[in-house]
Amino acid sequence: MELRKNYFADVRKDGLNEIGQPRPRLDSPGHVTGKTAYFADRNFPDMLHLKMVRSPHHHARIRSIDTSAAEKHPGVVKILTAKDVPHNVYTILILIQIGPEDETVLADGKVRWKGEAVVAVLAETERAAQEAAAKVKVDYEVLPAVFDMEEALKPGAPLVNEYHGQNHYLYDSGECRKVRFGDVEAGFAGADHILEQSYQSSPIEHAPTETTGCVVAPEGNDRFTCYTNTQAMFFTLDNTSIILQMPGSKLHFVGGTVGGGFGGKVDVIVEPIAILGAKLTGRPVCFIYSREEEMQISSPRAAEKVVIKDGVMKDGRIVARKVTGYTDAGAYSRHSPYGAQKGAAHYPGPYTIPNVWIDTYCVYTNRTPSSAMRGFGVTIGDFALEVQMDKLARLIGMDPLEFRFVNAYRDGDMKAHRQPTEGAALIECMQEASRAANWPVAEEFMAMSSYTKGA
Amino acid sequence: MAKVPVQFTLNGAEKAEFVDSGTTLLHALRDKIGDTSPKGGCHQGTCGACSVIIDGELRLSCLTLAETCNGAEIRTTSGLAEAGVLHPLQRAFLDAFATQCGFCTPGMIMAAKVLLDHTPNPSREEVVEALSSNICRCTGYEPIIQAVLRAARANSQNAA
Repeated sequence: MELRKNYFADVRKDGLNEIGQPRPRLDSPGHVTGKTAYFADRNFPDMLHLKMVRSPHHHARIRSIDTSAAEKHPGVVKILTAKDVPHNVYTILILIQIGPEDETVLADGKVRWKGEAVVAVLAETERAAQEAAAKVKVDYEVLPAVFDMEEALKPGAPLVNEYHGQNHYLYDSGECRKVRFGDVEAGFAGADHILEQSYQSSPIEHAPTETTGCVVAPEGNDRFTCYTNTQAMFFTLDNTSIILQMPGSKLHFVGGTVGGGFGGKVDVIVEPIAILGAKLTGRPVCFIYSREEEMQISSPRAAEKVVIKDGVMKDGRIVARKVTGYTDAGAYSRHSPYGAQKGAAHYPGPYTIPNVWIDTYCVYTNRTPSSAMRGFGVTIGDFALEVQMDKLARLIGMDPLEFRFVNAYRDGDMKAHRQPTEGAALIECMQEASRAANWPVAEEFMAMSSYTKGA
Repeated sequence: MAKVPVQFTLNGAEKAEFVDSGTTLLHALRDKIGDTSPKGGCHQGTCGACSVIIDGELRLSCLTLAETCNGAEIRTTSGLAEAGVLHPLQRAFLDAFATQCGFCTPGMIMAAKVLLDHTPNPSREEVVEALSSNICRCTGYEPIIQAVLRAARANSQNAA
C-alpha cells in the first residue's frame, strides 16, 4: 500500500532517514539460534519448585488450613501461608498513591475468586510440590458470590472486598470518574435524533506462549536475584520490596526478555512469594504457571459494559454524548481503577462534541481479577464508540466516513476533559484511508485539514 | 527414585545422562543437558514450542519420554548454525521479520526444517500445513510462512 508522503512534511526538519528502511531487530539473532535467555532457561543446582494451593470457590470464608499431611510428603521443604508474608495485603498502584491495599499475597481468612492463592508448597521436584499441594486441607464456608457488575452495584449485593467497603472503587470524585462538559441535557433537547445503545464485552486472556513465572537465586548475602518475565520491572521491584519489607537494594531483578506479554505480565504475582520461599529456605526457587494457570489464573482484560446516548443533528453534527462505562475489576483492583479512569478521558472519542457527560465505574465482582491488556480502558470503548458512529450515520442517512469527517477533532479544539487538541492528524488519516480503501468522500472533506477549522 | 540411563546424540555430539523414569525429553534437554532452545509453553503437546527432530522426524519433546530416545539422533535449533554461519532457515526468519518475542521460533524452525528436508520446494499450503502444530501469539503467521518460502527459494538457488 503506497501512502502519500507529503503530510506534515513542513513539521519535521530532521529528514526521517530510517522511515521506509528495514532495520534488523536486535533480538532476532538470539531468537533464531535458540540462544535468547528467557527466565525459565536459568537453572540452578538444588532449585526448589513452588506450586500453589488455590481456592475452588468464588467466595468463601476459610475456617481452617491443615498442612500436616502435605508437610510429610517426600520432597517437601517448606509450606507458606498468609502468616509467613511480612506485608500480606497490598495493591500494585499504591506506588502512585492509588489505594487502598486490597489484595492478599496468600489468602487470609477469606477467598474472593475461584483460583485465589491460599497456600504455597515448595518441594524438591515439580511433581512432589504438586502432589503435596493436593494434600493440603482447607476447610471453607462457602459465601454468596456475585458475577455481574449491575448485580454487584445493587443494594444488598454480597460484599466482594471489605477493603473497599462497597462493590466499586471510590475515586476522589465519588463512586465513579466523571467528565462534565457543556450541558448534555440541553444538547439532547435540541437534537434531531437521540440514539441510546448498550455494548458489552467478555474478559479476554492474553494467552502468551511463555507462561508467567520467575526463577529466584539467593546470592548468599541476604540479596536475591530474581529472573522474571515481568513487563513491569520497577513496579515489581518496588511492590516486592513493600510486600517482603526488604530494601530494594536486597532485590536484584533481571528481566526484559518476555515470551509474549500483551499486558498480561504487569501484575506483581509470582515474584514476592518466590523470593520469600528462597529467603526462608536459602535455596533457589522456580515458580512457573502451568498452561492451565496461565489461562485461568492470570489477569484477563476486564469485562466491560458501555452505555452510549448520543444526540445528533440531520446535518451530521453530534451535539451531545452521555457515556456510562463499567469495568469489571474482578475481586481486586490491580490496574482496573486506572483503566476505568482512562476510559473517562477517552470516551468522547476523537470527536469534538460540545456537550459531554461521562461516568465510569470500576466494579468489584467475584471473578478473576482483571488487569492490563493492550490499550485497556479504551479498546472496548473504541469498539463501542465506532459501532455507535456507524449506527448514527445510518440513522441520519449519511456516509459513515463523511459522518466522521463532520465530527473529527482538529487542532485547537477543546476536548471534554479540558485538554486542547494538538497534532490530531485524524482528518489526514481518514483522507488517506479514503484513498487506500477506495471509499470516496465528497471533495469538501478531502479539502479539510486538522490544522484549521475552515474547510 | 531409581535412575534410568539415557544415551543419544544431540546435534552430532554424544550425550549420556541418568534421569528419573518418566522424565520428558524436554526436561532432559533443558535441565540436564543444558540445551534450552526447545521451550516449554504448555507441557501438554498443544503449542509446538518444544518441537525437536528425532531421527529425521518432527517430535514434541514435552510428550516424548527421554528413556525412549536411547540411540536416537536428536537435533535442535541451537545446533543448526554451522561454524557460526546461520542455517538458511535462520537467515530467512531473521530477514523476513518472522520473530517477535521469539518463544515459538525454535519450534517453528524445527517444523520448517523437517518440511524442507522432505519437500525442498513446498507450496504455500504445504508450509501452512507443516507449521499448523506450532502456535505463535505475536508476530502472526504470515511473516513466518514467508520466511520458510524464502529459505526454500534460497536453497534451490544454491543447488542450481
